Amino acid sequence: MSLASQNPSSLDLAYRVQSEAVAARFTKLHTRPVILQAEHLSCEFDSERGRVTALRDINVSIHRRELMCVIGPSGCGKSTFARVIAGLQPVSAGRILVDGQPVNGPGPDRGMVFQGYTLFPWLTLTQNVRFGLDMQGRSDGPADREARQWLDLVGLGKFHDSYPHQLSGGMKQRVAIARALAAGPKILLMDEPFGALDPSTRAQMQAHLLEIWRNVDITIVFITHDMDEAILLADRILVLKANPGEVQEFIEVPVPRPRRLDQFATPEFQAMRKHLDSLIHPAPSAGAPDHAPLPFIRLTQAGDDVE
Amino acid sequence: MPLFAVRREPPARYRWLLWVLAFALPLAMWSAISYVPWLWHPQVKITDAGSVAWIKPGLRLDRADFQAQVTKASSAGLVPPSGEPANPLYLPPPHAVGRALYGAFTTPPTLKGDLWLHESIVMSIKTIFLGFALSSFVALPLGLLCGSYPALSRMTEPFVDFVRYMPAPAFGALMVAIFGIHLEPKIGIVFLGTFFTQVLVTAGTVRRVDPALLEAAQTLGAKRGLLVRRVILPACLPDLYNDTRILIGCAWTYLVVAEVVGVSSGITFFINQQAKYRNFDNVYAAIMIIGLIGLATDQLLSFIGARLFGWKLTRRSRTRTFFAWLVAPAKANPSSIRV
Ligand SMILES: Nc1ncnc2c1ncn2[C@@H]1O[C@H](COP(=O)(O)OP(=O)(O)OP(=O)(O)O)[C@@H](O)[C@H]1O
Ligand SMILES: [Mg+2]
Repeated sequence: MSLASQNPSSLDLAYRVQSEAVAARFTKLHTRPVILQAEHLSCEFDSERGRVTALRDINVSIHRRELMCVIGPSGCGKSTFARVIAGLQPVSAGRILVDGQPVNGPGPDRGMVFQGYTLFPWLTLTQNVRFGLDMQGRSDGPADREARQWLDLVGLGKFHDSYPHQLSGGMKQRVAIARALAAGPKILLMDEPFGALDPSTRAQMQAHLLEIWRNVDITIVFITHDMDEAILLADRILVLKANPGEVQEFIEVPVPRPRRLDQFATPEFQAMRKHLDSLIHPAPSAGAPDHAPLPFIRLTQAGDDVE
Repeated sequence: MPLFAVRREPPARYRWLLWVLAFALPLAMWSAISYVPWLWHPQVKITDAGSVAWIKPGLRLDRADFQAQVTKASSAGLVPPSGEPANPLYLPPPHAVGRALYGAFTTPPTLKGDLWLHESIVMSIKTIFLGFALSSFVALPLGLLCGSYPALSRMTEPFVDFVRYMPAPAFGALMVAIFGIHLEPKIGIVFLGTFFTQVLVTAGTVRRVDPALLEAAQTLGAKRGLLVRRVILPACLPDLYNDTRILIGCAWTYLVVAEVVGVSSGITFFINQQAKYRNFDNVYAAIMIIGLIGLATDQLLSFIGARLFGWKLTRRSRTRTFFAWLVAPAKANPSSIRV
C-alpha cells in the first residue's frame, strides 16, 4: 500500500491496530482455503465516449466463509466487479477462479442478490425460492420443503403462498436472499441489496444477514457505497478508486465480532470510518475543490431569506 | 376528484357510464343526422310526383335537381312535385338498421341454397379461427425462439420483414391455385396476413422481458431451454396474450379480403350481395355484427386475461385460482391458494 501518496491527515494508522482477538481471527481466516481469486482482472466497455476501463488489474483473494465488502465512489466499477464474478459480464483480461476453477459464464455456485427487485412476479414466494432447486432437477416434495425452510429462516414463514407484488421492499430482498441461498452457492454476491431500503429496515436486514452468514456455509461479497454498512458487515473491505477502477486498499476491519449496531461509537469503528472517509472523499487540498459554489442568481424576493 | 385528469383513472362509478357514452355518442350523432331534417339531408325524397311524368314517389333527387324540377314545373303551369328532405340511401337511419339486424336472422335467404346470415357468420368465424389458430400455432413458438436467440432472429427476421410487406391479398390467386376455391385458400390468406406480423410482434415482446430477471435466473443455474421455458415464456405470457388479442383484429381485416377469393362466402358475401340489392340497412347490420363479434371476443379475452395473469395486478382473481387449481389439482385446492 502506498501510504506516501496519501495526504498527511489520512496517515492516521489507528485503523491498523487490532486487538488480540481480532488479530487471531484474521490469522485463522488466512489459514482457510482461498475460494475466490481475481487475477489481473480487467474489464472494459465500448461506449460512445470511446473505451471505458471499468476495472483495471484487480488482484484479490478471498477465503472461505469470509465476508468481504467492496466500497468505492459511484462509477468505480463495483457492480461490474460483482457481475464479472457472477459470470454475467465477460472480462477483457485476467480471470476469476472459484475453488481454483476458472469462471466462464454464470452458474449456481455463485448466487447473486441484485439492487433492484428481481423476484419472478408470476411465482409464489415458495416457488421463487424453489427455482434454483428446480433447475438442479430436484424432486417436488423435498424441494418444496426446503424452500419453505429457507423462507422460514428469513422470517417470511407466513407468506409462503403470497406473490412478490404483495411484499414490501425489505421482504422482497429477504426472499431474494433466501432464493439465492437455496440454490446452494459457494459464494453469495450482493450488489447494494439494501440500497433502496429505509434506514431502520436496512439495519434490520444487516443484522439478519450477519445472522444468516454465521449459520450458513457461505462466502459473501457485499457491494455497498455506505461506509458504516461496510464496516459493520465486513471482515475485509476492498476499496476501489474510480477511473479506472483499481484496488486502492484491501483493509482488515479491526472491529471485533460479533458485530452490533452500538459498536458505531467504539474507537476501532471510528478509526476505520475516518480512514475510509479519507480514502473515498480525499481532503479538498488534494485537487480542485469538490463543491465550487453553484452559479446561482437570487430567484427569491429580498427579505424572504431562509438562512 | 375531477373526471378528466391527466393520466388519472376516473372514479370507478363513472366507468360504466363512460363505456355507455362511448357507444351512445356516435349513436346520438348518427340519430341527429338521420332524424333532424335540417342537418345535412342533401337529397329530397319524393312524396308526390305532381305532374312530372318521370318522377315517381320514393325517388331521391339531389336538392338542386329537385328545385330545378319544381321551378320548371311551376313555370310551365304544371303541378310541381313535392317531397321531404332525405339522406342518401347509403346512410339509413338507426331504426332501419335495427330492423334489418333483427330481420337478417329471421328472413330466409332470397335464393334457394344460399346461406342464412347466421350460417354465413359461422363460416366466417370458422375461417378466421382456423387461419388465426394456424398462424399462432407456428408464429408464437417461432417468435419466442427469435426473441430468445438473437442468432435465430438475425437468420429469419430479414426474410419475414421482406414477405410482410407483400400484401396478403396479392397471394389470392396463388392460394386458389394451390388450395382450390373453398375454405382452404381463405384460411391461407388469413394465415399469410397475420403470420409474419405475429412473428415480429411476438419476438419484439419477448425481447422486452426484463433482462434482470434473466440474469437472476442464470445465477440460479438456469440455462438455454430452461431459461426460455421457465423464465422468458412466463415473464412475457401476459404481453403475448395481449398481442394476440390485438392481432385478432388484424385477422378480421384479412378475412374480408379472403372471403372474396375463390367462391365468395361468409359475411362478406352477404354484405356484397345486399349492397348489390342496395339494401344498405342490411349492409350496416352485417358490418355491425362483425363489430359486435369482435367486441365480444375482445372483452371476453380481456376478462379472462385479467384473471389469468393476476400477478400483473393486485386484484384477487377467482378465475386464476380456478386455473391454478386445474393445472395443479394434486398440490392445492382453490380455497388454499392465496392470491
Ligand atoms: N454496459 C455498460 N456499457 C458501457 N459502460 C458501462 C457499462 N456498465 C458500466 N459501465 C461503465 O463502467 C463504469 C463502472 O460502472 P459500475 O456500474 O460498475 O459502477 P458502480 O461502482 O457500480 O457505480 P454505482 O455505485 O453508481 O452503482 C462506469 O463508468 C460505467 O459508465
Ligand atoms: Mg452499481
